[in-house]
Amino acid sequence: MAAPTYVGSRIKRREDPRLVTGNASYTDDMSFTGTVFLHMVRSPYAHANITRIDTSAAAKMTGVLAILTGEELQKNLAGPLPAVSIGGHPLTARYAIAVGRVRYVGEIVAAVVADSRYTARDAAEMVEVEYSELPVVIDMDKAAKGEPGLVHDEIPNNIVAELNFGNDVTDAFKEPEVLIEGRIVNQRLIPNPMENRVALAHYRPGEESLTLYMTTQNPHIARTLISGMVGIPEHKLRVIAPEVGGGFGAKIQTYPEEIIACYASKKLGHPVKWTETRSESFMATIHGRDNIDYFRIAAKKDGTITAMDCTIYANMGAYLQLLGTTIPLLRGVISTGPYAIPAAHFKALCVLTNTSPTDAYRGAGRPEATYMLERAMNMLADKLNMDPMEVRRKNFIQPDQFPYFNIVALNYDTGEYEVAMDKALEIFGYAEMRKLQEEGRKQGRYIGIGQSTYVEVCGLGPGSGMTTQRGYDCAVVRAELTGKVTVFTGVSPHGQGQETTFAQVVADEFGIPIEDVIIKHGDTEMTPYGMGTYGSRGTAVGGGALMLAVDTVKEKAKKIAAFQLEANEEDIIFEEGKFSVKGSPGKSLGWAEVCLKAYIDPKMAPVIEPGLEATRYFEPGNFVYPFGTHLCALEVDPTTGEITFLKYVAVDDCGRQLNPMIVEGQLHGGIAQGIAQAIYEEAVYDTQGQLISGTLMDYTVPTASELPSYTLDHTVTPTKVNPLGVKGIGEAGTIASTPVIVNAVLDALKPFGVTDMMMPLRPEKIWKAIQAHSQNGH
Amino acid sequence: MKRTVKLSINGTTYEREVEPRTLLVHFLRDELGLTGTHIGCDTSQCGACTVLVNGQSLKSCTAFAVQLNGSDVQTIEGLAKGGELHPIQQGFWEEHGLQCGYCTPGMIMQTVQLLNRNPNPSETEIRKGIEGNLCRCTGYQNIVKAVQWAAKHQADGAKEIPQGDAVKVDPAEIAPVP
Repeated sequence: MAAPTYVGSRIKRREDPRLVTGNASYTDDMSFTGTVFLHMVRSPYAHANITRIDTSAAAKMTGVLAILTGEELQKNLAGPLPAVSIGGHPLTARYAIAVGRVRYVGEIVAAVVADSRYTARDAAEMVEVEYSELPVVIDMDKAAKGEPGLVHDEIPNNIVAELNFGNDVTDAFKEPEVLIEGRIVNQRLIPNPMENRVALAHYRPGEESLTLYMTTQNPHIARTLISGMVGIPEHKLRVIAPEVGGGFGAKIQTYPEEIIACYASKKLGHPVKWTETRSESFMATIHGRDNIDYFRIAAKKDGTITAMDCTIYANMGAYLQLLGTTIPLLRGVISTGPYAIPAAHFKALCVLTNTSPTDAYRGAGRPEATYMLERAMNMLADKLNMDPMEVRRKNFIQPDQFPYFNIVALNYDTGEYEVAMDKALEIFGYAEMRKLQEEGRKQGRYIGIGQSTYVEVCGLGPGSGMTTQRGYDCAVVRAELTGKVTVFTGVSPHGQGQETTFAQVVADEFGIPIEDVIIKHGDTEMTPYGMGTYGSRGTAVGGGALMLAVDTVKEKAKKIAAFQLEANEEDIIFEEGKFSVKGSPGKSLGWAEVCLKAYIDPKMAPVIEPGLEATRYFEPGNFVYPFGTHLCALEVDPTTGEITFLKYVAVDDCGRQLNPMIVEGQLHGGIAQGIAQAIYEEAVYDTQGQLISGTLMDYTVPTASELPSYTLDHTVTPTKVNPLGVKGIGEAGTIASTPVIVNAVLDALKPFGVTDMMMPLRPEKIWKAIQAHSQNGH
Repeated sequence: MKRTVKLSINGTTYEREVEPRTLLVHFLRDELGLTGTHIGCDTSQCGACTVLVNGQSLKSCTAFAVQLNGSDVQTIEGLAKGGELHPIQQGFWEEHGLQCGYCTPGMIMQTVQLLNRNPNPSETEIRKGIEGNLCRCTGYQNIVKAVQWAAKHQADGAKEIPQGDAVKVDPAEIAPVP
């Protein structure tokens, strides 16, 4: 292998020149001659029967091509939208356009196609719909008792699934030395990638083929599912994910709008474009989190945890989306975190309500698991009057215990949790910060220190075990005739930078300049079947496939070199872009010469097939388990409830770092989104199912002024799960950071006797908590 | 019903007949095909559509094209000159100030105004200066560094902010921008 020159370096991203100049093409930037525009009519009611739809006024408007209703689509589409069922639980029949009944505000009741964006919107307003209201199910505690009604008549008590993991904990909770119990709310969030969803469907009548440009994280999966829905065979449906402006899980789904766009394009013979507005996105794109946890933890007086028991209510919204109950499942399997807990039970009740469906949002189940556990660790520390870090240290899985079965489901391959923790403590200056806190309190300053030591599970994923289907990705590595290399990957990056990191790997492996490598992605006609980019899997799984394909190309290249140099294949050494013969230093061939020979040399005709290219799939044997320690110091102003960040330190372990600059970028953004949950963001429904926080004016996506800078460092614990030795880092920051902030705020408020608060910890809430406790005699 | 609007955009004068309700951002994207200016919201929070109008940053979803008749508009497409990146664009590249890139054109155009007004801003001033622009990927830390990089290199005399070098159009009928 060539000595690495690119891997491990802070190579500037190759994606950026087109992005900083406005030359990138996102889906809404594209158009074809004859493109017409689609706009949705959405339900203003959370739960109602549709009693009448009158489209006549809208249909008469100049420029209106078609108005689509649920009945028409139900007749012409294959059936309800697809969703995953774990262990055969029922699914919630959902059609692209509602038929007879709506179950959340924003559900589509009709769709208008017109010759301009503005006309389509005007016409949508002219569609008259009458409703007869039904009891609205919002509150999860009540919903799970079937009150005040049923979201789907065939699903009793609105509980669509119950998931159980772990072992029997009854004995473990008999007479515990210490018992911690609690109820924790993990509020609903709205992903808000900066680019809303867009679909541009282009049906070609002569070919009976359709090209769909769309904002997706996984074009191949979208193609399979949409093909089945719309009735265009998979080989005639091409899905292209052009530039995609962020996803965070929200663009994994196959949504109604893309299906309607395809149907309309096929029906009308026009390219059809649908562009979501932000306010639509708030209702029509998935939400995340929304769990209520009831938990208890048994421990010894020295802080050793002996058992954990947890039941969660997971709000699925009105319908199961594509992954749906997989999110509480992902939460359950990691619910014991980095701690050696000998007895643990996790139960999830998946509850339907008249709200927008929930699904994977950055972290997907793991932030919820980590939040509860890391809050519980601090509650235990408080109860025992120990430092929270010491409680964690006491319970960490030790290096010699790996591979470690975590009781609930998973086999962690490697981990060195204390090393990361000690590094973070040192960088943070933990002891000094405690002193500062103590001195501060004497002067009426309220400084708090927050902690989180997490392990997560990502790199989806193994083809067996926990997953419902095979989990792999693929790569084509094509050495061109001139020695340039074109790579097609099945993952679909939309900000993660694999056009750069994958090129670094290939350039090093072949000993060629990075300029000679190009990474292509996001087009089902170009790349073999890939699962896409989500669950921190792009580099861990897609990078694995890349390495396998690189190796296969190298093998063939060596065969060609052996033929050309008249040597034995096993004597060929490939180093720094040069093929030489062991023991004969004078004989050598360069990479480009071998590539050229592969395509043109007639002498090889009888012995070696032309070309130099490989397609390989990689299916890992396990997930990967990144981990780390995050610490934060902040100060609360008791007169206003405002938070000032003093220091945030994160030490994370994602294995080998291909490009530290990109790893850090992923962490910055991840931490920011976790902090956003702790302090700012919350999706709020009123009792009638209206989304109160329904625009960016009402939902606080934090700005630059509301976030701190972070000090990052890392440890490198190798993993052998994939050929690159990498672990995903896209979600780790979000998973870790939420409890750090809440723990810090509660630590700051200790002198007031505040022990618990519900997120988001906005100033007014903090101020009120301080006031309430001050009036109680503190 | 339609009205004529004449605008200078990145140094070129364009004249079109549009509905009076056509937003500037739709005019740029749909009429002129200048799709580097993005749309991220419908309540003027996100700043993805930020452009410069007569040298001042404006969220182009907040104004009708006809209101700006006669104005000089600069978009992201006009920033790089002669195939060379503007120092602010270069700064975003150098410091990994973008991931998905969707907010980036608006963020860069806002930075043009920020550095015009304050060539050597502190971190707090930078964060304040871009707080009308949302980014969901970076957590802003590297955007702050990108702006600092640009400030440093502009101060080193790298480049002038390009101004529209077009023939000025008749600024008749300019309505105030809300």
